[in-house]
Amino acid sequence: MELTRYEEEMLNGKYGEGVALAMKVQVALGEAFGARRMVPITRAHVALSNQEADLWFVERLVKGGARCSVPPTVNPALSLDYFADLEPAAREMTERTQGAYRAIGANLTYNCTPYLYGNAPRYGEVVAFSESSATPYVNSVLGARTNRESAQGALCAAVTGRVPEYGLLLDENRKGDVLVEVRTELRDDLDYQLLGYCADEIGEGIPVFTGIPRGVTTEQLIYLGATLNTAGAYGMFHVPGVTPEAPTLEAAFGGKRPRRTVVITRQHLERALRKISVEEGGKVEFALLGCPHYTPRQLRQVAELVEGKRLKTEIWICTSFFAKEVARRTGMLAQLEKAGVHLVEDTCIDQPCWNHLGGKLGVTTDIKCAYYARRRGMRFVIRSLPECVRAALEGEVR
Amino acid sequence: MNYKCRPIVRGKVEGELLVSSDPVCFYLVDPDTGRVIEEGHALYGRGVAGKVLVLPGGKGSSVVQADGLYQLAMKGNAPRALIVRHPDPVLVTSAVIMEIPTVTDVEEDFYGVARDGRRVMVDADQGLIALQGQE
Repeated sequence: MELTRYEEEMLNGKYGEGVALAMKVQVALGEAFGARRMVPITRAHVALSNQEADLWFVERLVKGGARCSVPPTVNPALSLDYFADLEPAAREMTERTQGAYRAIGANLTYNCTPYLYGNAPRYGEVVAFSESSATPYVNSVLGARTNRESAQGALCAAVTGRVPEYGLLLDENRKGDVLVEVRTELRDDLDYQLLGYCADEIGEGIPVFTGIPRGVTTEQLIYLGATLNTAGAYGMFHVPGVTPEAPTLEAAFGGKRPRRTVVITRQHLERALRKISVEEGGKVEFALLGCPHYTPRQLRQVAELVEGKRLKTEIWICTSFFAKEVARRTGMLAQLEKAGVHLVEDTCIDQPCWNHLGGKLGVTTDIKCAYYARRRGMRFVIRSLPECVRAALEGEVR
Repeated sequence: MNYKCRPIVRGKVEGELLVSSDPVCFYLVDPDTGRVIEEGHALYGRGVAGKVLVLPGGKGSSVVQADGLYQLAMKGNAPRALIVRHPDPVLVTSAVIMEIPTVTDVEEDFYGVARDGRRVMVDADQGLIALQGQE
């Protein structure tokens, strides 16, 4: 890879060990994917995780004197204000992570849908977005350009202000190559998640979905990307008429023929649900929603479903500080709390603050939540939002 | 028998092959045992510790590959090397920062004879995989 003089200097340690480490990681990435040069970025989002590798790496950069030249937004960890009685080890970890990201110059937004609040790339903008549900949204819905960055790759890019130019940054790699014909009506948000969770049917490549209605919502597009990247690894998909680079089906494929065609029917969606949902029936002990973070529209849906009622089983909803503030201002927050719903800002479902739910059976709307929370021993029945709320009202699933 | 490949993360190691037909998410591998805990996965219940792992690619979120590999490495249960058919940036960054020798673009014949338990030497400095024993 050809580096400019400034990039060579960064690599050789002129600007400190931290910058040199960030550049070293990016050069290795560039070489792995055949990049010829580095290109500047204008935005970054780092999927902070508040776990050991995350802390270890960001502290290494900070100790080496690195500062972000492009201040990134960051993913949620856990809210130290909300979880006041946290076990000491988890509190210390969270405080250290917060300190390291503050020191490196990140914007501590703590939400996983940054493109909705304050970090929305424009069409054609070259950016470094980690968070596997954010990457496809940025490419496929906004038409900006990012590779499927890891949290560490995006952090390195935020430090150097550059990314190696390969993959989805280049026109020729952004065309669709797998045709996915959806031959069932997509009825609600859960159906979009199940579609994404059919990644083993879809296989490797850039999928182009047909059969998705014009009225597809922002939340449904977020969910599709989220579950494609739970069951697989997809930096981009096309929905003709939605994806800026794909006004038509022909444009999505760049005039070429698809490498393969995959048909998705109701049976596939049902099979996907059986694979991830614990179907034992009966009592549920909690509900955990908001993976990715719930939007104000989703909060409003929950508020309407619980209005004037009292839950048998508590519902926790992870959301952004922005959406929680909107809920507060509109009176939704009071309404939700009265029914027994907790809105938790700045927090991810995969954090030690939920360890007390380990071993219990819960209900969720979110496949990505059910998949990752397994590591903490949580088990989930997956239902659409109205059924999920009904389960929380009755204390059991049907 | 030797097979050419393209190095991604350099290093030279020897070990036993473990072949996965499914993409791997290292977060759903138990750091204490090195065993895959993802139900329905081709390697469910199998141990990756110290193996030369042959995998079609990585999958999953942009943070958990690194977190998963880091925790495995801290407990001494990380794979010794990765042989990846479709490398993605998340998997590659994680291998780079954890310094796990990784190769891709392996001669296609290798996949025909790669079986669990076969001894192999991965030379990610020279871009070579040496498979030991008979076919």
